[in-house]
Amino acid sequence: MGLAALARRFAEAIGDEWVITDPVRLRTYECDGLTHHRATPGLVVLPDTAEQIAMVVRECAAAGVPYVARGSGTGLSGGALPRTDGVLIVTSRMRRILRIDPDDQRAVVEPGVINLELTRAARPYGYYFAPDPSSQQICSIGGNVAENSGGAHCLKYGFTAHHVLACEIVTPDGEITTISRGDGGYDLLGAFVGSEGTLGITTKITVRLTRLPETVQTLLAAFETIEAGGAAVSAIIGAGIVPAAIEMMDALSIEAAEAAVACGYPEGAGAVLIVELDGPAAEVEREFAEVRRLCRERGAFEIRTAADEAERELIWRGRKSAFAAVGRISPAYLVQDGVIPRTALPRVLARIDELSRDSGVRVANVFHAGDGNLHPLVLFDDAEPEAARRAEEVSGRILDLCIEHGGSITGEHGVGVDKARHMPRMFTEVDLDTMQMVRCAFDPAGLCNPGKVFPTPRLCGEVPGIRKEPHPLVREGKAELF
Amino acid sequence: MTGDALEALRRVCDEVREGRPEEGVLGVTPSIVAAPGTVEEASAVMRVAAERDLAVIPRGNETRLDWGMPPTRCDLLLDTARLDRVIEHAADDLVVKVEAGLSLDRLAETLAAHGQRLALDRPLPGSTVGGTLATAAGGPLRLLYGSSRDLLIGVTMIRADGQVAKAGGKVVKNVAGYDLGKLLTGSFGTLGLIVEAAFRLHPLPQARAYVTGAAEHAERAWQAVRGVLHSPLAPAAIEVDAASDGPVTVGVLVEGVPEGVAARAEAVAGVLGPDARIADAPPRWWGVYPEGSTLIEVTAPPSALPRLVAALAAAPGARLRGSAGLGGLFVGLDTTDPAEAAALLKALRSVGAATVRYAPQPVRDEIDLWGPVPALTLMRRVKDQFDPGHRLSPGRFVGGI
Repeated sequence: MGLAALARRFAEAIGDEWVITDPVRLRTYECDGLTHHRATPGLVVLPDTAEQIAMVVRECAAAGVPYVARGSGTGLSGGALPRTDGVLIVTSRMRRILRIDPDDQRAVVEPGVINLELTRAARPYGYYFAPDPSSQQICSIGGNVAENSGGAHCLKYGFTAHHVLACEIVTPDGEITTISRGDGGYDLLGAFVGSEGTLGITTKITVRLTRLPETVQTLLAAFETIEAGGAAVSAIIGAGIVPAAIEMMDALSIEAAEAAVACGYPEGAGAVLIVELDGPAAEVEREFAEVRRLCRERGAFEIRTAADEAERELIWRGRKSAFAAVGRISPAYLVQDGVIPRTALPRVLARIDELSRDSGVRVANVFHAGDGNLHPLVLFDDAEPEAARRAEEVSGRILDLCIEHGGSITGEHGVGVDKARHMPRMFTEVDLDTMQMVRCAFDPAGLCNPGKVFPTPRLCGEVPGIRKEPHPLVREGKAELF
Repeated sequence: MTGDALEALRRVCDEVREGRPEEGVLGVTPSIVAAPGTVEEASAVMRVAAERDLAVIPRGNETRLDWGMPPTRCDLLLDTARLDRVIEHAADDLVVKVEAGLSLDRLAETLAAHGQRLALDRPLPGSTVGGTLATAAGGPLRLLYGSSRDLLIGVTMIRADGQVAKAGGKVVKNVAGYDLGKLLTGSFGTLGLIVEAAFRLHPLPQARAYVTGAAEHAERAWQAVRGVLHSPLAPAAIEVDAASDGPVTVGVLVEGVPEGVAARAEAVAGVLGPDARIADAPPRWWGVYPEGSTLIEVTAPPSALPRLVAALAAAPGARLRGSAGLGGLFVGLDTTDPAEAAALLKALRSVGAATVRYAPQPVRDEIDLWGPVPALTLMRRVKDQFDPGHRLSPGRFVGGI
């Protein structure tokens, strides 16, 4: 069955209006948040139930057609990049919050539910959903599950994986099953969350809700240099304090934020640090005093404490707008996402600075300093020939630095299509082969979001290491063996 | 065959000898015991095992070797005792990387010297890092800090074919590649041999207080648990200890700075009732598995507590203990009667998931240790990929895996 026949089949089962074949409308879905990778999907389908998704997957499997799931399309690594020869399954109709259960501190949601909507729904009960990626106003929880999304506050509260208790999924066989914590079997849920849509499609998610803290205190500290800011971060963590968030911005990103949202950060700052503490009042009060002292000791020339929610939002406004704000000072930019051990911050930042000076490519640094998650914004002018390539190169060199210092090529944006080629720099062939054993167990046909995460697909159904003759695909030069 | 295999193993590993009957895994005596001293040696041992089709069972400090089903065969017991190094403690990064044979007690000593800890309870003293991960064991602190799978940030394993594979890394925030660490956690040695693990650490709290109070019945206990859970008091743990017919004791751990802890402990005591007591030390039952020859791990939503306590009536003498705040508890029972254990299991499984960890052999023979596990087909396929010859801890896990 070709795509046209699949479209007819889906239209019959789900309804004409939920199957998109018009080339103009298909273009809406050609990329996710990583806009320089584009592919117009062969077909878009918007199912409303798990059963419909299972049907779509079964038909795709029978036809040998690849498929990709998409939530709100806010991902930053091309995880939801469609296939021109495949089906894009969009979950945006599945936006029901099925249950909020404050007694058990959990909620059950459909995959298309917007992250912040769940927090809004839980707040009247005194709860919220802790993972808070900066796209939380539009990103879907199904997407959070696929990407194991983090956010500014995961330093203290962990990532999506820590807050998901169970998922109903449609397997690549087209079967509906439930994977959960504590059922006594393998922790398939642990492998599924963060698998970037390559192991199946989640159709119902049970999450843990987090109690709203008694107190939240936020401060902004301005330092003359980024090194001084980095030293303050180390001092805070070293003092045994676990803040809800510690964010840092350098001079260039402050300049951008200022131009965009007039956040009014202290003038002359080479770096600002946002530190947020939350929890029981007595703890927060005492630790907050300690944080202020440590910042001053490490050379903060101005410290502002938010007196109320409005002031808190003002402090956060500059940080939250930083990515978009860079558009004010540069025609184009790349967002990088790398991780280093927190203690390597000063060294790595100095090296990024060197890289920037040597290449003439400007780099604005915004990062989750508490967990060493860097988001360098590599600026370039897309009207200038070669500029994009130079920016790509600097961006890639920054990942090298992360790997050199024992870190990771992605802290929260995922591998997707963007970084699959970098995976062999972090993992050996055996490591990648072993991860793909999981993929072979779930999706031996390799139709579920193919081409993501791994640079080279693994041939499934073969006993590793024992091969008597080359696989036919290898002989034909269509696949590579490790 | 054993002689040949012994020789082959001796060529790659310093410590190899014949197994002894007292080293049996639930009565199945290993033909050979090998104790590799390095990851390379362990890899070579596993390769020899693959070449010679030896069934391999990992052994740490034997605190949970009696969990699960007896293996269908055991040719080689792979002892991790010599893999006991702290590879790297990056104190300023709050990260530690260790070998799997290291005991959690020794790790705790090392970390405490720096004012840090791995926030993982040790219900059984002496247990190793590898064994704790393989059995996904944990205790009261899971409520605030998460389970072993949540604290694990990187893992090195030896595959069935002897190859060394790793996943994760040594930074806390990392989404590169599949999280094999979580998959290995709780896999009972059936997917590979865990040889190294990296964990995120937490600072040791400056102060702790344990608040305990007795509730005359389960419903009252649940009200107390709910009161604390729903408060902004940020407890580190909420535990219960209950017999089928007696009162239910609720215990709450509060951690933090001294002034804060004192005030929050008072507030918790207010929720638990007029008889609640505040102490610096835990009650004697804290974080200890309930007594009995049978141990059942139960997972159910916190609000199921009264129904779990009611289920104990199916086997008088059964005891329920564990994290009421999380809904992860244990039931202990002293019985050699399979019918009594089966009745208890049936009652528990009408409330939540219940997995038997250990039981006397006559009981184990008659009951289903796991009960229904929804994604078993997928689990079997994972097993087939990781261990196509079914040589790693064969028969120990759910569904005969």
